[in-house]
Amino acid sequence: MINYKWRLNYFLLFIVSILLVTGCANNNQVELQGAGATFPYPLYSKMFHEYYKQFNTKINYQAIGSGGGIRQLANKTVDFGASDAFMSDAKLKKFDNKILHIPICLGAVALSYNLPDIGEIKLTPDTLAGIFLGQITKWNDQRLKAINPSITLPNLDIVAVYRSDGSGTTFIFTDYLAKVSAGWMSKVGYGKSVNWPIGLGGKGNAGVAGIVKQTPGAIGYIGHIYALQNKMKVVKLRNKSGNYVECSLQSVSYAADTVIPADTRVSITDTEAKYGYPISGFTWILAYQNQNFNSRTEAQARETKKLIYWMVTEGQQYAPGLQYAKLPPVVAKQAEKILDSIHYAGKVL
Amino acid sequence: MSNSQLLASRLTKDRLFKGIVIGLSCVLILPLFFILFYIFQKGLSVFTWEFFTQLPQPVGEVGGGVSNAIVGTLMLIGIASLVSIPLGILTGTYLAENKKTRLSEFARLCNDVLQGVPSIVMGIIAYVWVVIPMGSFSALSGGIALGLMMLPIVTKTTEETLYMIPDSLKEASYALGAPYYKTILTVILPSAKSGIISGILLGVARISGETAPLLFTAFGNPFMNTNIFKSVNSLPLLIFNYATSPYDDWQMLAWGASLLLVLFVLGLSLLAKVVNRS
Amino acid sequence: MKSYKPIEFVEIKELLFKRLLFLCGCIAIVILLYLFYTLVSESWLSIKTIGFSFVFNHVWDPVRSHFGALPFFIGTMVTAIMALIISLPFSIAMALFLGEYFKEGKWASILKSVLDLLAGIPSVIYGFWGLFVLVPLIRQFEVMIGVTPLGVGILTSSLVLALMIIPYSASISREVIALVPQELKEAALSLGATPFEMIRKVILPYAKSGIFAGVLMSFGRAISETMAVTMLIGNVNKIPLSIFSPANTMSSVIANEFAEATEALYLSSLIELALILFFVTAVFSFIGRLVIKKWVISS
Repeated sequence: MINYKWRLNYFLLFIVSILLVTGCANNNQVELQGAGATFPYPLYSKMFHEYYKQFNTKINYQAIGSGGGIRQLANKTVDFGASDAFMSDAKLKKFDNKILHIPICLGAVALSYNLPDIGEIKLTPDTLAGIFLGQITKWNDQRLKAINPSITLPNLDIVAVYRSDGSGTTFIFTDYLAKVSAGWMSKVGYGKSVNWPIGLGGKGNAGVAGIVKQTPGAIGYIGHIYALQNKMKVVKLRNKSGNYVECSLQSVSYAADTVIPADTRVSITDTEAKYGYPISGFTWILAYQNQNFNSRTEAQARETKKLIYWMVTEGQQYAPGLQYAKLPPVVAKQAEKILDSIHYAGKVL
Repeated sequence: MSNSQLLASRLTKDRLFKGIVIGLSCVLILPLFFILFYIFQKGLSVFTWEFFTQLPQPVGEVGGGVSNAIVGTLMLIGIASLVSIPLGILTGTYLAENKKTRLSEFARLCNDVLQGVPSIVMGIIAYVWVVIPMGSFSALSGGIALGLMMLPIVTKTTEETLYMIPDSLKEASYALGAPYYKTILTVILPSAKSGIISGILLGVARISGETAPLLFTAFGNPFMNTNIFKSVNSLPLLIFNYATSPYDDWQMLAWGASLLLVLFVLGLSLLAKVVNRS
Repeated sequence: MKSYKPIEFVEIKELLFKRLLFLCGCIAIVILLYLFYTLVSESWLSIKTIGFSFVFNHVWDPVRSHFGALPFFIGTMVTAIMALIISLPFSIAMALFLGEYFKEGKWASILKSVLDLLAGIPSVIYGFWGLFVLVPLIRQFEVMIGVTPLGVGILTSSLVLALMIIPYSASISREVIALVPQELKEAALSLGATPFEMIRKVILPYAKSGIFAGVLMSFGRAISETMAVTMLIGNVNKIPLSIFSPANTMSSVIANEFAEATEALYLSSLIELALILFFVTAVFSFIGRLVIKKWVISS
C-alpha cells in the first residue's frame, strides 16, 4: 500500500524518459509538413505514399481546406501549402517573401446528387445558380423539367450542400457561378467562404460527399474524384459553347486550352473551349520563394523543392488513375520554371 | 370525498409518481445500451492484428490500422500528465492547507472557471501560446492543451481528498517532531494517494476522449511519430476525420477506434473507482 | 554543543516548500488571467472594428468581412436550453431514484454504473453514433411529418446534448437532494405523508435553489460542447427558424472555420466568439457555485 506513491513517481519518471529519448531521436531525417486543399487530397495522399516508398521521406499532409493551407503557410507552420484558390494580388503584396504558386494538376468540381432511381440529369448555368440561390426549391420544378424532358423528376425538396470550411473547391464553384449569374455575383459573390443563401454545410470534400450520399434530394459540389470513389451520380452541365459536358479527364484537359499567365494564377471556369467542362480548375502547391525562413535548414529547403519538382514531373503519372488531369505540357514547363526560382537565402538549390 | 377515498387517491398518486421516476430512470438505460451495443457490434469486427499495428492507408486503398493514433494518444496523455500532475497535486495541497485565505478563495474560483473552459477555447489558447511561437504543430502543444484541461480536475480531487484526512494525523506527525514539509510529503499525501490517483485516472479518462483542443495543435499525422516536437495523430482526431468521410473502410476504422477509445476510457473510470475504494 | 546548521537547513526547506505551495496557488490564478488576456488581445481587432454590433448582427459573411455573432448565439442558446428541458426530468428522476427510492441494492448500482458509463463516453463518439443512428431516425420522422428530411439540425443535436449532460446534472441533483436534512424528511413521513408528498412538499422546495444551481452549471456544460454538436447541427451560419432547421453554435463554427480564417478580422472575430463563450461559461459556473454555497450555508 505504501508503494503506491513511489510507483506513481516511477511511472512519471518512465514517461519523462520515454519522451526525452523519443523526442531527441530521429531529428536527422527530414520530414515535410503540408496543409491545405481537400480537393486534390486523394491524389496527394497517393503521391506522398509513393514518394515515401521511393525516397523514404515522410510527408505529413493535412487536408484542412485551401484557406487553412494558406493560413498555415502565412504563419510559417508548414513547409508548403495547397490551394485550389490562387491568392489575389492584394493578398500577395502583404508578403515580403514571395509566395509561389506551382500548379500540380487539373480537377473538376462535379455536382453530385442523390436521387434514387433517376438517371443522369442535365443542368444549365441558370438553373444551377437558381438552385443554390434558393429560387428553385423542388426537383420537379418546371425549369428543371424543361431541360430534362425525358426524365420524371420527383416531388422532392432540393437540399443544397456546400462547404462549411474555407475551401478552394468553393472558390472554383462560386467563381463559376459569379461568372454565369449576375444574381449570384451581386447577392453572394465568390470566395473560399461565402454567405450561402440556403443549404447545409459539410466539412471538407469528404463531408459534403457524405451528406449528399445520405440525404435523398441533396445536391452538392465536390471534387470529381470524390463522386467517382463513392459511385455518386454527377450532373451534365451546359458549357459556354452550349454543349452538355460531363466531367472527365478529357473535358477537364480541354478546359485548360486557354492562355495561362507565367505565374499560372488563373481561373479557367466557364471555359471557352468547345468541349471543356465549365467548372474546372488548377490546384496549386504554395511555397515561399526564399526557403530560408524560421531557421529552416538547407536540407529542409532542398527536400521541399525536390518534392514539388517530383510532383510536377514523375508524380504526374498517378493523376489520371485518380481522375485528375495531368498538367498540359506548356503549363508543366511553366511550373518547372517557377520552381527554378526557389532559392535558399540567395543560394540556388 | 371520504377519508378512505382521499387516502386511496393519495396512495395512487404516490404509486404513479414512483412509477414515473422508475420509468424515466430505466428509459435512460435504453439509449446507453443502444449506443454501447452499436459501438461494440461495429467495432469488434475491426479488431484485427492489423488494426492495432498498421498505419492508415491512403484514401481508397483497403486495410490499414490505427497504430499511429494509439501511440499518439498515449504520448499526448503522457505530456498532459507531466504538465498537470505535479502542479495539480501541489496546488490542491495549497488549497487544502489554506482554507480561508483570500488568495486560496480566489485560486479555487479560478480553478473552477478553468475546469469549465470549453475545450475548443483551450485549443485556441494552446495554438496561440505554443504553436505560433514554436512555428509548427506538435504533440507538445496538444499535450499542453490537454494538460490545462486535466489540471483543475487533479487540483480539485487532491483538495477534496485532503479535506477528508483527519487533522489528528497531521498533529501526530508534528508531535513526533516532523517539520511541515515532511509531514505533507511523507505522511499526508501518501495517505491521500488513493483519492489522488483516482482523480488522476478520471482526469486522464476525460482528456483521452477530447478532440477539439487537438484540431489545431496536434494536427494529425498519417505516419507514426514519436517526436514530441512534431505533429501527431490521436484516436479522437482519427474518429472525427474518418467518421465524417464518405469512405467505407475509413468509417470501419473509425468504429474500431471508437470501441478502443470507449473501452480505454471506461476501463480507466473503473480503475479509478477501484483505487478509490482501497 | 548544538549544531545550528542542520536545523537551519530544515528551516530553509520549510520555507521553500511553503513558498512553493503558495506559488502553485498563484499559478492557477495566473493561468486563468493570462488565458483571459490572450483571448481579449487576440480579439481586440474585431472588438475595435465591429464593436458592440457584433452581438446583434445576424450576417456572417467572410467574403465581405461582415461578422455577426447572432446566429451562433441563438444556435447555442436554443440547443442548450432544449437539452436542459429534455434532460431535467431524467436527471431529477435519477436523483430521486438513487437518493430516495433505491439507495442501495442491485438496481442502485446498475443505475449508478449507467450514469458513469454515459458520462464517460467521449463527445466525438456521441457525435459519430448520432450521425449514423439518430440522424436517419430523425430523417424518417421528418419525412413522416412532412418537413425537409435533413436529419441534422437543432433537434438532433439537442437530443444528443441532453444525453451528455444528464449524468452531470443528475449527480449534482443527487448531491443537493442528499443535503436535505433527514429529520425534515422523517418528520413529514411520520406525520403520514406519502413519499410522493414528502418529495413534493419537503425535498423539492428545500432543494430548489440547489437544483437551480445545478441547472446553471449543466447549462454551462451544454454550451461548451463542441464535437458532437459540430457533427449533428448542419453547419449553417443562419438563425434557425424551427427545431428542424440546421444551425450553428459558437463552438462548432470555431471548430469549422478556425483552421482557415485567412484574414486578420476573420480570425479575430472567431476568437471574439471564443471570448464570449469563455465569458458566458465562466459567469454561469461562478453563479452556480455562489448559489450552492449560499444555499449550503443557509440550510
